Amino acid sequence: MATANSTETGQGLRLIAPPLLYAILMLAVPLLTILAYSFFKDGYLTIVREFTLENYRATWADPIFRTILARSLMVAAMVTAVTVLMAFPVAYFLSFVVAPQRKALWIFLITIPFWTSYLVRVFLWKVILGFNGVINSGLKTIGLIDEPLKFLLYNTGSIVMTLSHSYAPFAILPIYVALEKIDRSLLEAGRDLGESRLMTFWRVTLPLAMPGVVAAVLIVFIPTIGDYVTPTVIGGGKIPMVANLIQAQMLDIDNKPLGSAIAISAMAVVAVLSLLFLFLNRRFLRVRA
Amino acid sequence: MNRLQGSGLRVYTLIYLAFLYAPIVLLPIFAFNNATVIAFPLQGFTTNWFVQMAENPTLRQALLNSLLIAVSASVLATCLGIFAARASTRFDFRGKGPVMGLIMLPLVLPEIIVAVSLLVVLLAAGVGLSIFTVILGHTLICMPYAVAILSTAFSSLDKSLEEAAYDLGETKWSAFRLVILPLVMPGIVSALLMSFTISLDEFIIAFFLAGNQPTLPTYIFSQLRFPKSIPMIMALGTLLVLMSIVLLTLAEHFRRRGVARTGQTDTGGFI
Repeated sequence: MATANSTETGQGLRLIAPPLLYAILMLAVPLLTILAYSFFKDGYLTIVREFTLENYRATWADPIFRTILARSLMVAAMVTAVTVLMAFPVAYFLSFVVAPQRKALWIFLITIPFWTSYLVRVFLWKVILGFNGVINSGLKTIGLIDEPLKFLLYNTGSIVMTLSHSYAPFAILPIYVALEKIDRSLLEAGRDLGESRLMTFWRVTLPLAMPGVVAAVLIVFIPTIGDYVTPTVIGGGKIPMVANLIQAQMLDIDNKPLGSAIAISAMAVVAVLSLLFLFLNRRFLRVRA
Repeated sequence: MNRLQGSGLRVYTLIYLAFLYAPIVLLPIFAFNNATVIAFPLQGFTTNWFVQMAENPTLRQALLNSLLIAVSASVLATCLGIFAARASTRFDFRGKGPVMGLIMLPLVLPEIIVAVSLLVVLLAAGVGLSIFTVILGHTLICMPYAVAILSTAFSSLDKSLEEAAYDLGETKWSAFRLVILPLVMPGIVSALLMSFTISLDEFIIAFFLAGNQPTLPTYIFSQLRFPKSIPMIMALGTLLVLMSIVLLTLAEHFRRRGVARTGQTDTGGFI
């Protein structure tokens, strides 16, 4: 038994070695390197390899960093709430209303916009919301307004809307998968025991769908925090988020240790919040669907 | 399901789809609009922007670079993905969880983190930034998608088919080539097309790792600042959207054929 097991381990590890090696070289080593850099000193064109906590002190003492991090967290939280709330009925429709043989087609239709030119899509929201944009010129043409509405673009609201649009399928798919796993006889049981349709949803469907909702929240929240394009294009550079700060330190200012400390700090905050969120939802995750 | 409730959800989903497709629908409208400003009312039909696009040498270079990167990254990611998917579906080995976790990590990591950390390492290792370094980065982020698609293909394989091949005297490699490979081929094609689409559209990693070489997304990004370039970008966007839809439809076609070939029921979707 032990030999069989070790050969299986050996065979498995031999087979997975190439992608594993690639992930170690291109992901694990780089991540550990920026972790190390965040403790080094910046010597203008070189990196001074002396241990220091100065980068972290500078990062957290900087009010700009704290403002931008708070803004990024708030934007990501709003995007997550909007995206998941808007996605849930769609996932529910896909799972409970659409006929099984048509499900693949619906999912395909929902995922298509997600895979098509991210930059152009984000820019088009600027075209839709802008000063001379589709909404303003449309409203002017039909005579509803005389002056273009200025509150549509270059604010947090428009960033939230654009990001919600970008990450929609990310939220729909995990919720859909969780809903698909629900044993339909449980819902019938709830109804047979005299629960109303709404109460059955609240006490049976929703708790069983929670693993999908939790996955959707994390899968939207984490990449949104690090989005670079939307704050740049839709925020007009006036509403930077963490990614803009990292980019500026790494490329424009070229202080790699400080940039690394900012990146690691932001990642640590996101990791802590994600773990906290998982912990708060632990009773739903223990449920075996 | 209550009929009325079902139709309410259907209407909601259709409105949601309209929201998802709104920007994409506007693209061709402005690509053929005879005006330098992107606004209503429309000014008449023109194909000038497509002509301008075709005559732009930087754009041609960016397209060539992007195609080279996307082809290389999708082939590399799919090859690496085959190893990972085969190992994780066929063998139960110690450390499988953490190993697969690391390979799939780019799926949830913000791309800026991947880009920044790769940049630091490549510069420290003295590797000059070029198309090659973008290929390295894109292979990394395409790999998890390829693994996800290929795992579905490999997990549906009947182990007895492989054992039958051994009993009939095939070697490990020839059994893989003659029995397993044809069965998972649709999955491989689907993974290739998916990775190609992702790489072609990826901006952040290319922005950090391409040095001074343009790719399509970095070129588009650089032009967004210039109002007079916008109509041409709309024309380019129209073509890119068309191409993505064709590629994704092909990927979906092959994915479904793979599902049919191995006799599963279709649960749908890429993820």
